[in-house]
Amino acid sequence: MMENKNRTKGVVSGIIANLVMVEVSGPVSQNEICYIELSGESLMAEVIKVIGKVAYVQVFESTRGLKVGNTVEFMGHMLEATLGPGILSRNYDGLQHDLDKMDGVFLKRGEYTQAIDPNAKWDFKPLAKVGDAVSAGSWLGSVKENWIDHKIMVPFKFEGSYKVKWLAEAGNYMASETMAVLEDENGKELPVTMIQHFPVKLAIKAYTEKPRPYRLMETGIRIIDTLNPIVEGGTGFIPGPFGSGKTVLQHALSRQAEADLIIVAACGERANEVVEIFYEFPHLDDPRTGRKLIERTTIIANTSNMPVAAREASVYTAMTIGEYYRSMGLKVLLLADSTSRWAQALREMSNRMEELPGPDAFPMDLPAIISNFYARAGYVRLNNGSTGSITFIGTVSPAGGNLKEPVTESTKKAARCFYALSQQRADSKRYPAVDPIDSYSKYLEYSEFQEYLSEHISVDWIDKVELARNLLLRGKEANEQINILGDDGVPIDYHLRYWRSEVIDFVILQQDAFDKVDSSTPLERQQYMLNLVLNICDTSLDFDSFEEVNPYFKRIINLLKQMNYSDFKSEQFNNFENELMATLNERKAA
Amino acid sequence: METIAFKKIYTKITKITKATCSLQATGVGYDEMAEVNGRLAQVVKINGDNVTLQIFSGTEGIPTNAEVTFLGRPPMLKVSDDLAGRFFNAYGQPIDGGPAVEGEEREIGGPSVNPVRRIQPSLLIPTGIAGIDLNNTLVTGQKIPFFADPDQPFNQVMAMVALRAKADKIILGGMGLTNDDYLYYKNVFDNAGALDRIISFVNTTENPPVERLLVPDMALTAAEYFAFDKKETVLVLLTDMTLYADALSIVSNRMDQIPSKDSMPGSLYSDLAKIYEKAVQFPDGGSITIIAVTTLSGGDITHAIPDNTGYITEGQLFLRRDTDIGKVIIDPFRSLSRLKQLVIGKQTRADHPQVMNAAVRLYADAANAKTKLENGFDLTAYDERTMKFAREYSQNLLAIDVNIDTTGMLDKAWGLFAKHFSKAEVGIKQEFVDMYWPENA
Ligand SMILES: Nc1ncnc2c1ncn2[C@@H]1O[C@H](COP(=O)(O)OP(=O)(O)O)[C@@H](O)[C@H]1O
Ligand SMILES: [Mg+2]
Repeated sequence: MMENKNRTKGVVSGIIANLVMVEVSGPVSQNEICYIELSGESLMAEVIKVIGKVAYVQVFESTRGLKVGNTVEFMGHMLEATLGPGILSRNYDGLQHDLDKMDGVFLKRGEYTQAIDPNAKWDFKPLAKVGDAVSAGSWLGSVKENWIDHKIMVPFKFEGSYKVKWLAEAGNYMASETMAVLEDENGKELPVTMIQHFPVKLAIKAYTEKPRPYRLMETGIRIIDTLNPIVEGGTGFIPGPFGSGKTVLQHALSRQAEADLIIVAACGERANEVVEIFYEFPHLDDPRTGRKLIERTTIIANTSNMPVAAREASVYTAMTIGEYYRSMGLKVLLLADSTSRWAQALREMSNRMEELPGPDAFPMDLPAIISNFYARAGYVRLNNGSTGSITFIGTVSPAGGNLKEPVTESTKKAARCFYALSQQRADSKRYPAVDPIDSYSKYLEYSEFQEYLSEHISVDWIDKVELARNLLLRGKEANEQINILGDDGVPIDYHLRYWRSEVIDFVILQQDAFDKVDSSTPLERQQYMLNLVLNICDTSLDFDSFEEVNPYFKRIINLLKQMNYSDFKSEQFNNFENELMATLNERKAA
Repeated sequence: METIAFKKIYTKITKITKATCSLQATGVGYDEMAEVNGRLAQVVKINGDNVTLQIFSGTEGIPTNAEVTFLGRPPMLKVSDDLAGRFFNAYGQPIDGGPAVEGEEREIGGPSVNPVRRIQPSLLIPTGIAGIDLNNTLVTGQKIPFFADPDQPFNQVMAMVALRAKADKIILGGMGLTNDDYLYYKNVFDNAGALDRIISFVNTTENPPVERLLVPDMALTAAEYFAFDKKETVLVLLTDMTLYADALSIVSNRMDQIPSKDSMPGSLYSDLAKIYEKAVQFPDGGSITIIAVTTLSGGDITHAIPDNTGYITEGQLFLRRDTDIGKVIIDPFRSLSRLKQLVIGKQTRADHPQVMNAAVRLYADAANAKTKLENGFDLTAYDERTMKFAREYSQNLLAIDVNIDTTGMLDKAWGLFAKHFSKAEVGIKQEFVDMYWPENA
């Protein structure tokens, strides 16, 4: 890190907003980080193009007041994440500067705080022994970070194999102390501390294989777990027009999902939405550990008013932190809201560089950028045989709510779960507004996952889910017929079909994210309710006229909803269920 | 850095376009202000010693030998308590005949608030309008636009909301405001005896459009002075943000940038977000709330301007004429306050969220029934009831001329529920039904 005598220097030769041209006097590399001096402030920037002696850099700050002739120093490395204990519960900006350590109410240009406190002390327990053969990602020891066993690993930048020459004994150490000395194949000795750095644009590949994911990741959200399940190490995306519930859904995931840790990348969206997490998470319990949610959460905040160039960096920073924890054998859930803002940041820059634009003026290589990013998620088998995962779910904000646009289309090719939010459902307050017909989870087609579901829920679970989907579809068709032919122009059976799908809609699909009980439904309860609802749908009922159908089903739905609002199997819950059964018996066909 | 004792005068302009001019100059800072034959301009591009200036009032009549001086600073506003009660143009110069304001000079368009220093917005802003207070409750520190066609009375509604909001200061940022509307605001505030709480930065239709680009930053710099330095509650009114965005597209167009959707610049989202994100609840009590107007063309909210706005703001209030009752209402479908859940049921009665949702759901049923009717089908008894309900709901609660308190709104809604529906049809949590269902109805 200390090779500054040979650093390349340069001077500013042109400025267009945050795109700055720098005339360099030595070698520079693509994506290299540099700092521009401006009246005592250093502005961080990244090389994004080089032509001859001119490096084009995107500045992660406002360039107000910058002049031709200002000096620039290149750092000899790409944008890197700082990795080590102390990342959990932190609030970072897109470049991983600790927001809480900054002074004052307003952000100051060029104020760069440390991601990890090098002087913080941690209780270290060795996991390896002197003489062990190790390589990048091998676990040398571990420290307790909140409730997580945070592994101290061989730095990911170390190529080839090493031997443990020396290892610190169990004890209390500062993060910056040497914890191990490794010897490479040529006998060269390399010290290792608890802190390492890794370029955010490169994937951490310290694993042996990436098998297909197959284990359900419970989220407590019925329309996901029951109908469109996501798996540990899976990918999904949530496109939807503004106000359709993308952020509310992601926040619900971040509170409820069954993951060891959550990384939230607030990418170019509202600051108040991040503030909501700051406020709520220290008070909310993580049901699995009994600890506070904030203890398993890291926030990367590059809100819409923060520097645009850092928006792109923010999602990569988040992914790199995710990969770091995955290498410890943990289940990571990574959420990004919104990946469209990151794509727009790319568009702004490509526009300033006068590149030939692709569709909607986005850069030509947008599909490749998106698919490479999603490919970094996944379930992996580590070198020591244990497993870890990154489940990634991003939101997409399509212009005008129209899904035929480059970001949605590229993402659809990359992500395996599609949670399409519908304006119509949001307008009629059918939350979460996930469209039950258009949405899908490709994982339901994985035989590994099917086996997992049969074993962990029930053998006929997938059939039941399929049945529910079918009933929804048939209900929709029946409703279309009723709308074309009129209420009395169709057989009563059409009304029944429609109302059965409404029961599934109101009771299984719709879920009040702001209700204490309804907001999160454990799998056992989801199973119970789906069975109950399918039972109702399967019951033959007698009606004399279509006019009786609507009020009757409204009563059924109302009782089921009251059950959703009651604690599972509480007296209240049971009473509503009894009333429901009595109501059902009123019209049961003989 | 250095204070320039006497300013260098350049007289050789090398290129002139409709909004910009270029010249050879050195030592110029990005974003710096300049004067071109007395017209204010700003540095938008530097390439070696070639500097491009955007001239706010346009380049008409600018000669190649115009006198150019650089001012060595970005656009500034002098802030002090003397701003109160004053009217300024887009450059922050008085237009009310009064003296220039003395005070500390501040750069406009300054830095953002560190998100970890923000306080979660939590104070309800009552307006008396049920379409807002019941369905789309506003909170201090929020940013929200009215989406309205140009013929809707948005300026009236906004003035009414501003006066009822009980803010310490109301800052009006007028962009492309007609002179009549400008005088209307002045009058309404004057009649309400509120002029000493008002500060206005106005670009009227008589002023060059590009000047508008300075208005939001001027207004928000003044807002930050009162909200942050003075810990006051400040309400900023921005009208019309569509005309602001139009000015953005004029500039980017003249700078040969590749347009994205609807010929708007690719940076529209970031440009608008920088303005709206100035809405904030500060840690020491002050706050900036932004209420804006985004005019639509033919109700189209998928156009890039309202679309990007909706992705940035914390909801939107959609004004629509309800032909059934002949009044302007706040449309419950398209309107949204994203911050309402921070206060409803907490600072208002506990049944508020459920009552609000139930009413909107029933209103949606009525809309379906109406479609059925228009398609020539018979209505069921339930359909008939929803339509009766919808009329009364619209008349008594959604219309913008309603002025009651929130508890009154909730009671009214329960009254309508009981009048038209059974308990099961309304589908509200039993405990609330037990408490508020008017049994004698
Ligand atoms: N599951 C839900 N339950 C209740 N209300 C919801 C739900 N999802 C969304 N909403 C409502 O919709 C609003 C907008 O949701 P949000 O997630 O912010 O939209 P987006 O991120 O898609 O723009 C929220 O403020 C809330 O009022
Ligand atoms: Mg959102």
